[in-house]
Amino acid sequence: MAWVWFHRFGSPPYFYRLAKRLTPWVAWPAALLCVAGLIEGLGFTPPDYRQGDGWRILLFHVPMAFLSMETYIVMAVSAAIGLIWRMRVANAVAASCATLGASFTVVTLGTGMLWGKPMWGTYWAWDPRLTSELLLLFLYLGYMGLRSGFDDISRADRASAVLAIVGLVDIPIIHYSVDWWNSLHQGSTLIGTGGIAVPSMWVPVLMMIAGFELYFIALLLLRTRGEILRRERNASWVAQELGEAPPDSAPSGPPLAHPAAQRV
Amino acid sequence: MNAEHGKAVRMPPVAASAPPASAPPMPTPPPASPMPAAEELGSAATRRRTGAVGAAVALMQRDLRVALRRPGDTLQPLGFFIVVTTLFPLALQPEVSLLRDIAPAALWVAALLASLLALDLLFREDAQDGTLEQLALCGQPLTGLLLAKTAVHWLLTGLPLVVVAPLAAAALGSPAAAIPGILAALLLGTVTLSLIGAVGAGLTMGMKRNGSLLALLVLPLAVPVLIFGARATQQAIGAEPLAAPLYLLGAMAVLAVTLAPWAVAAAVRIGLE
Repeated sequence: MAWVWFHRFGSPPYFYRLAKRLTPWVAWPAALLCVAGLIEGLGFTPPDYRQGDGWRILLFHVPMAFLSMETYIVMAVSAAIGLIWRMRVANAVAASCATLGASFTVVTLGTGMLWGKPMWGTYWAWDPRLTSELLLLFLYLGYMGLRSGFDDISRADRASAVLAIVGLVDIPIIHYSVDWWNSLHQGSTLIGTGGIAVPSMWVPVLMMIAGFELYFIALLLLRTRGEILRRERNASWVAQELGEAPPDSAPSGPPLAHPAAQRV
Repeated sequence: MNAEHGKAVRMPPVAASAPPASAPPMPTPPPASPMPAAEELGSAATRRRTGAVGAAVALMQRDLRVALRRPGDTLQPLGFFIVVTTLFPLALQPEVSLLRDIAPAALWVAALLASLLALDLLFREDAQDGTLEQLALCGQPLTGLLLAKTAVHWLLTGLPLVVVAPLAAAALGSPAAAIPGILAALLLGTVTLSLIGAVGAGLTMGMKRNGSLLALLVLPLAVPVLIFGARATQQAIGAEPLAAPLYLLGAMAVLAVTLAPWAVAAAVRIGLE
């Protein structure tokens, strides 16, 4: 009884309409926060005394690095929910996460390399964090590769869920093993020393982090909607939602008021 | 030819793992196999033991027998390991100091790739001829049965590798005093590699082409084993204390033995549908 609100998320039409309503409420704050953070970070914050203007790369790098790891957790948790409770929406969310996470990882690596050249004097160093990030990219690629290997979408969901869960267990082990292996990267960005020390630099970075978090949610809602439409393309509610005739009725006919009734 | 040999011995584990009360007594397999003594020994053992452990033991006997009847396939990873470790001195200068530096990397990358090589055979044939389906239906926990299959895979690819590792390590210039440490590291590391590999093999079991995908799935997950295995080997060669990386390798092996069978069973069940 108390869980009805939760079970409703499992219904693709309900989730689709909810996501459609929510998207602007997430996307606009995301855009505002990112633009404000950029103006603040690029226009009003002074250059770092050691890194010069190069620190401004971190405005992108830090949020992307957060997101690249966070997306994997979202993906693995929703894949697990989909595997255990056979929740179709959760499977759609997991499937939408993979490409997003892989792109965030690529951007993190790219901006990190651009930052590393002036700061460390090299684009790439075999540093723990860089290596973990690269391995994370491989995990995403493996997940996507496994998905694309199955024709049947339900088998792809479940097999890739097992892989995502195994990866989630292994990621801390990979992270610490790489950590003990070699170290050059600065410590954590927000906590401790050696990172961004001046409060005036925190403000734009935190704005960018918040903005990109919302951006991720907006993108995820959008992609999940697409994924749901692709999976449910033969369902009558999709035809109704898109204002089209259902696929098995005459394509040239006028739009019907109740396509669901027409199919019976 | 090989497949027929395999078929001849497919019956005992299934018979053993069926519930003994309801199943009629299975006839012993026809004595067409080249090893009748081993056959009788195996079926005697399977008749005696029932339950999950008995089924796992029977399955291990059957898998070992199938593998030993095609020694060519079974020995391939071992040959691969020896050839790859031989390539390193040829690609570099054969100076002992240099070889000693690269020995950990060469041994562990070769071990990783060799364990990957035989993974494709772990479930594929049994999935194609229906054996895995019977195992899933037989009433015994699939987790235990697949752990048994993975144990056989380790016995046939991991253990031989450990056995020839002293030779390869010595050829790469490591001192004799380092050999026990290297063996311990490989012994612990290959267990984890086999189990991680079994997850990948289970996931890709139903696919038509999976060669490079299996590597993409398994290799990133195996990075910790590579790091600590190579670290242990390096410290063994340098005559430094190597307890720390060995403990970590042991911890990973325990974790893999505990958790990986569930993932393998889930993957195989999905692959069978």
